[in-house]
Amino acid sequence: MNTTAILSAVAVLGGLGVLFGLVLTFADKAFSVPVDERVARVREAVAGANCGACGYAGCDPYAAAVVSGEASITACTPGGQKTFNALAEIMGKNACDVAPGVARLLCQGENGVAKPRYDYIGPPSCHAATQMAGGPTACAWGCVGLGDCVKACQFDAMKIVNGIVSIDENKCTSCGLCVPACPRSLIKLLPRAAKVTVRCLNAANAKDAMAACSKACIACKRCEKACEFDAIHVIGNCAVIDPEKCTLCGECVKVCPTKCITHQA
Amino acid sequence: MMEFTLVNFLLFMVNCVLSNNFIFSRYLGCCPFLGVSSKVETAAGMGVAVTFVMALASLITYVVYYYILVPLSLQYLNTISFILVIAALVQFVEMFLKKTVPALYSALGIYLPLITTNCAVLGVTLLNISDQYNMLWSVLNGVFGALGFLLAIVLMAGARERLESSNIPAAFKGFPISLVIAGLMSVAFLGFTGLVK
Repeated sequence: MNTTAILSAVAVLGGLGVLFGLVLTFADKAFSVPVDERVARVREAVAGANCGACGYAGCDPYAAAVVSGEASITACTPGGQKTFNALAEIMGKNACDVAPGVARLLCQGENGVAKPRYDYIGPPSCHAATQMAGGPTACAWGCVGLGDCVKACQFDAMKIVNGIVSIDENKCTSCGLCVPACPRSLIKLLPRAAKVTVRCLNAANAKDAMAACSKACIACKRCEKACEFDAIHVIGNCAVIDPEKCTLCGECVKVCPTKCITHQA
Repeated sequence: MMEFTLVNFLLFMVNCVLSNNFIFSRYLGCCPFLGVSSKVETAAGMGVAVTFVMALASLITYVVYYYILVPLSLQYLNTISFILVIAALVQFVEMFLKKTVPALYSALGIYLPLITTNCAVLGVTLLNISDQYNMLWSVLNGVFGALGFLLAIVLMAGARERLESSNIPAAFKGFPISLVIAGLMSVAFLGFTGLVK
C-alpha cells in the first residue's frame, strides 16, 4: 500500500480546504457589511410567505424597509395581528387592533344564474376575455370565471366553482393580490366581521339587470326600507351597505327579491 | 495548442457559444436553465453571474491543477478539488460583491449561491484540463462557454414568457412544454455543429 500517496492526497485536499476556509474567514471580516440586527428579528416575525402583499419583492426587502422606516409595520396582512404586534415591539411603536379583512367576490352569477352572451374560445384569462366585445357574460359586472384572481392568489384560497370564483375565507389572508387581478374589479377587501354583503355590482336598470342575471340587484329599494339602521342605500342602481352602520340583523337579506344580498355563515 | 491570433479567437468564440453550447450540445447546466428561465430579467441575471464565476473558476482551477496537483502527481483529485474551489470562490465572490458593488449584488440576488451547484461551472474547469488549454484559453473557454449559457437561458426565458399567454393543452402545461421547447432549441443549435473545424 502506497501510504505517501494517501497522505499527500489527504494533505493537499485538507490544505486546500483550510486555505479556502482561512481566505473566507478573512474575507468575511474584511468585507463585512454592518447589518441592523432588527432586520433579522423583523424577518422572523413576518409571515414569510414571500407573497408580495406588502408591495415589496419579498419578505427580506420588506424587513429591510421596515427597519429603515420606509415601510409601514401594518403592511404584512398575511401575518395579521400577531405580526403587527411583534413588529410594533421591535420597532418601538404603539400597537393597536387591526381589523382582519377578507376578500369577497361581489358577484353570484354562477352557471345557470347569469346568462352568457357568447361562447368564449381564447386564452384562458379574464383580461383577454373581457376585451372581446365587452366580455362573454351578459352582465358587464359579472364574474367571467377564467381565474385571473386564482392565478394571483399565493395562498390557494381561490378556485373556480360552477363558473365563478369561490373564496375560502379560512385561507384568505386579505393580502389583496387578487383585487387588481380582476378586470372588472369584482373583488373587494372587506372587514371579516361585515358578514352581510350585497354580492352584486350591476349598475344597469332593473330590466337589463334581470335579463342578464337572476341574482342581480334590481335597485328596488326594499332593503333600504327594511333597514332600521340606515345602513343600506341604493346608489347608482345598486345597493351598497355601510359596514360601520350594519348590525348584521339580516332584514335586507330577507326582503331582497333576487337574493343578491347574502349573510355569510 | 492554438496560437493566440484574431482568427483563432473568433473561431474559438463561435465554437464555444454556438457549436459547443453548454446547454444544447453538452447538456451541462440544465438545472438553472430550466429552473430560472421563467423571466428574461432573472435569466439574464443568472447568465451574467455564471459568466463571472466561470471566468474566475477557470483561472483558479488552472492554477490549482498545474501548480499543486500536477507537481504532486495527484491529477486524479481534480474533480473534488475543483468542487472545493468553486464552492469557496462563489462564497468569496458573494462577500466581495456585497461589500464593493451592492447594486450588482442585489441584482444577482439568490442566483450567486445557486451557481455553486451549477454543473456547467465544474464542466468547464474539467474540460479545460482534458482539452489541455493554457491559462489564457482556459479563461476564454470559461467566458465564452458562459456567454453561450447566457444566450441559451435568455432565449429560453423569452420563449417561456410567450408560453405564459398561450393556450397549451392541459397535459403539456408548465414543465412538459418547457422540456419540449428545450429539445426543439437543442435541435436548432445542432445546425451549428461543424461550423468550426
